[in-house]
Amino acid sequence: MSEKVRILIAKPGLDGHDRGAKYIARALKDEGYEVIYTGLRQTPDSIVATAIQEDVQFIGLSLLSGAHKELFPKIVDKLKEQEASDIHVFGGGVIPDRDIPFLLEHGVEAVFTPGTPISDVVKFIESVK
Amino acid sequence: MELVDRVLKGEIRAVAKAITLVENGHPDKEKFIDSIYSKCGNAVVWGVTGPPGAGKSTLVDKLIDQERSKGKKVAVIAVDPSSPFSGGAVLGDRLRMQSHATDPNVFIRSMASRGHLGGVAGNTTDAVRVLDAAGYDLIIIESIGVGQTEIEIIEVADIVLLVLVPGMGDEIQALKAGVMEIGDIYILNKKDHDGIEKLEAEVNYMLSLKGYDELKNPVVLTSAVENIGIVELTHTIEDYYSRLKTSNRLTHKRKKRVREEIQHLLISKIMTVINKNLETEKNIDHWAEKLISGEISPYSFFNQKIKNFLEESSENADTN
Repeated sequence: MSEKVRILIAKPGLDGHDRGAKYIARALKDEGYEVIYTGLRQTPDSIVATAIQEDVQFIGLSLLSGAHKELFPKIVDKLKEQEASDIHVFGGGVIPDRDIPFLLEHGVEAVFTPGTPISDVVKFIESVK
Repeated sequence: MELVDRVLKGEIRAVAKAITLVENGHPDKEKFIDSIYSKCGNAVVWGVTGPPGAGKSTLVDKLIDQERSKGKKVAVIAVDPSSPFSGGAVLGDRLRMQSHATDPNVFIRSMASRGHLGGVAGNTTDAVRVLDAAGYDLIIIESIGVGQTEIEIIEVADIVLLVLVPGMGDEIQALKAGVMEIGDIYILNKKDHDGIEKLEAEVNYMLSLKGYDELKNPVVLTSAVENIGIVELTHTIEDYYSRLKTSNRLTHKRKKRVREEIQHLLISKIMTVINKNLETEKNIDHWAEKLISGEISPYSFFNQKIKNFLEESSENADTN
């Protein structure tokens, strides 16, 4: 039996900058995880539907537009609606420090801002998987 | 098993969990597959294969559009390679199919090859069974971008759609054995690119060398990005499929596939028993050293091992 951690890297919202998302997808692949990448401009509904079909344990959200306080909690809520709260949500991108406590209170389990070493992300994944 | 009932009802989360179960080779897998097996056999399976960058995912996206407009429930298994170094993978095929993400009658699942070499994932056949039992009418398997010998798609699909694009080499490439031979339908994609006439001529020439076949392999030109030629393609597939059926070839094909599967199954079952008995994992380094040093020779050593194993098992059978 070979279990693999599967991670969805998704970009909600309207910004068109996916370098960060692609970087993290590649880095997590190099750490031995199976990463599903959906591309730009996904809606919360499509992200949740994709996560369920792909049976991932994690969703990593990347957002640079500033809409994280709205979109991240929305995705957490939709997972709850679909009885899929066992899927862990983490986020990254341009997120001001002052917004992080709000996100953590609303079901996002970790937030990684630019410059975070990949080992921190791996540590997080390994600690909650 | 609760999961069996939920899969048979077509519950999406259960279908996804069941695919994970077969993909991971979970201990409950065999029992699960046996429980749904009688409900399988209703879906039609298309295999889409071709070299990297030929436009397979985009084409699949457009095919989903067409089949959904006919009211069919469609599932896709998209296979991408695992890294031989880390074992990880970036699965990006569904990126081109995300317009279908929230359609409840479309199920898309990415699978990593996990070291399996034939161009599909090792447990693809069982994943197809899960989707079949869950009530999907059409299952499309997209192979990894293939080279010349990754042809296992023929062991899982009713119809193989081979996607080719201009500029892949001269006609000698088309004559080679392997992937060029396995298409039921040849799709020449990116038809607006230079070299399309040459590619068409080469493929037609290659197919003419196959000799007379009443079920001639169709060649279809498309431009998946522009959505050109897709309706014609689906008509061609339907027509080919009905001819496969009436000429009895579909039955023949499926039987051949099941024969292959039986062989694989026997080999893996026997391997498990033998490896357990010989404690292969524990001994393999030691055997390798003995072989390298010349202390033993390969055939006589293992023939003796197998002989001992067989004698032992027949003794056990006698005492039982």
